[in-house]
Amino acid sequence: MSTKVPAYPGTPLREEDLKEGRVLLVKYQPRAQYRWDCGVAIGRYLAELKEGRIIARRCDRCRRVLVPPRMFCEECFRPTDAWVYVESTGTVNTFTISHIRWDAIRLDTPQVAAVIDLDGASRGIGILHLLGGVEPEQVTIGLQVKAVWKPPRQREGAITDIRYFKPF
Amino acid sequence: MSRVAVVGAGMTKFMRRAQETSKELAWQASKMALDSCELTLKDIDSVALGSAPDAFDGVHMKGEYLVDGAGGWRKPIMRSMVGGGTGVFCAIQGWYHVASGLFDTCLVVAEEKMSTCLPHPQAAFNSIFDHTTERPLGPNLLWIFSLEMNRYMHAHGITKREIAQVAVKNKKNALDHPCAQVAEEITVEDVLNSEVMAWPVQRLDVSPTSDGAVALVLASEEVAKRITDKPVWIEGVGWHLDTSYWTNRDLYYPKYVEYAARMAYRMAGIKEPRQEIHIVEPYDPFDYKELHHLEGLLLCGKGEAARLTVDGVTARDGDLPVCPSGGLLGVGNAIAAAGLMKVAEIFWQLRGEAGKRQVPGRPHRGLAQAWGDLMQVGTVIVMGI
Repeated sequence: MSTKVPAYPGTPLREEDLKEGRVLLVKYQPRAQYRWDCGVAIGRYLAELKEGRIIARRCDRCRRVLVPPRMFCEECFRPTDAWVYVESTGTVNTFTISHIRWDAIRLDTPQVAAVIDLDGASRGIGILHLLGGVEPEQVTIGLQVKAVWKPPRQREGAITDIRYFKPF
Repeated sequence: MSRVAVVGAGMTKFMRRAQETSKELAWQASKMALDSCELTLKDIDSVALGSAPDAFDGVHMKGEYLVDGAGGWRKPIMRSMVGGGTGVFCAIQGWYHVASGLFDTCLVVAEEKMSTCLPHPQAAFNSIFDHTTERPLGPNLLWIFSLEMNRYMHAHGITKREIAQVAVKNKKNALDHPCAQVAEEITVEDVLNSEVMAWPVQRLDVSPTSDGAVALVLASEEVAKRITDKPVWIEGVGWHLDTSYWTNRDLYYPKYVEYAARMAYRMAGIKEPRQEIHIVEPYDPFDYKELHHLEGLLLCGKGEAARLTVDGVTARDGDLPVCPSGGLLGVGNAIAAAGLMKVAEIFWQLRGEAGKRQVPGRPHRGLAQAWGDLMQVGTVIVMGI
């Protein structure tokens, strides 16, 4: 905004303007569908989750143990070297207590999401997951947590094969 | 490289919902920018356009759709998109169009119309999460901010009460901005008592969704001196992107902003940013982000930005005015347009045209910064007179 300009353009609308039909609108609902290949690294990660294990990739140059696993190290820009299992326990690196859904609708029960640094992975190498079995107010950064798995027959090779992480 | 100046600027109001289409908003801002320096579209050699996800509009290749409103038809035009970093990035893109010697003038246009997307524009961001390892967990965009804010607070022992002062300051600054959408006088208690969205983020910690557009006219040194006796020079630019494996980074510090700032400072010959930058417009979609970014910009030590705010250093009449415009928290967050609004604010401030928002002491050098994508991009521009 400059003092040289007396008025600024733009016509703000209120919710009532739309409801009472003072302006014309056109609605459109796209029907897009996709089928994602899980890829080499994540494909194996998911297959291992189905077996109740968490697998990572190790880079022998920077010596990082990486999860989610990848077939190349983005830091060294070379292939990673080996598959290694990491623990299904870890530490809460950071967390949020979410009261709203993806579409901004309020949730009846808040959901706790966290970045969890997994034991056996390199320091600061975490994954996004949910916390459960704990009152949201009890969650702290540094909390020790372990994976709560779905029963084997219900697992389908997905990140949700871990229902959530809970304190132990 | 030839020197590049900003010679004109224009913007629309920022609104929750505008009657105007994206094209009409782009036209309004572009026309005002041209009028402000008494040029017409015939004088424009190239166009740099910025607009964030196509998903907001439900229009594929939004850059092509916007071309008429942005004055880009039958001209070399390029659209850039780095999420929330787009607004400052498109000014950088305009800079290299002219600095390269390829063009004498460039019209930089940033437009965003978020209200089109139903049920809420936040839904358009859902697809930024990894489709296999994250989306099945049902994330929403606020998660990444609240996870980052919590980590930042934890690392430095900063309280929500301190952070809330940023929202109070910026919304108050915006009362003097005629285009502002959510300017108001509020208290720290109001912020702390507002609806919890994703703790630690509450309603008044967050900027609104907005419709709006901003445009700038850039010119080479020779042309700029013919157009105006008050050019504002682009002295340095920088941008940087971090890994998309965001759960493998420590979110307490935006290293990519530091790298972008270092690139811009090197180009501008700035050795002591704390002494040499007089006015700052860091990206503030959330109140803690202003603090996070001041630290990444090396304008204070890690964990020190909250103290500066509490002590009034970052007030409009403080030693280092931060977001004198009112920022995204007060003026609004029309994503790409919000970033370019910050560049325009530095332009108006350095020209002494900011009216009631004018920072005292005749500032000579300012910085605008934006941020975005999956918490991973920093875009920085340094301007001076």
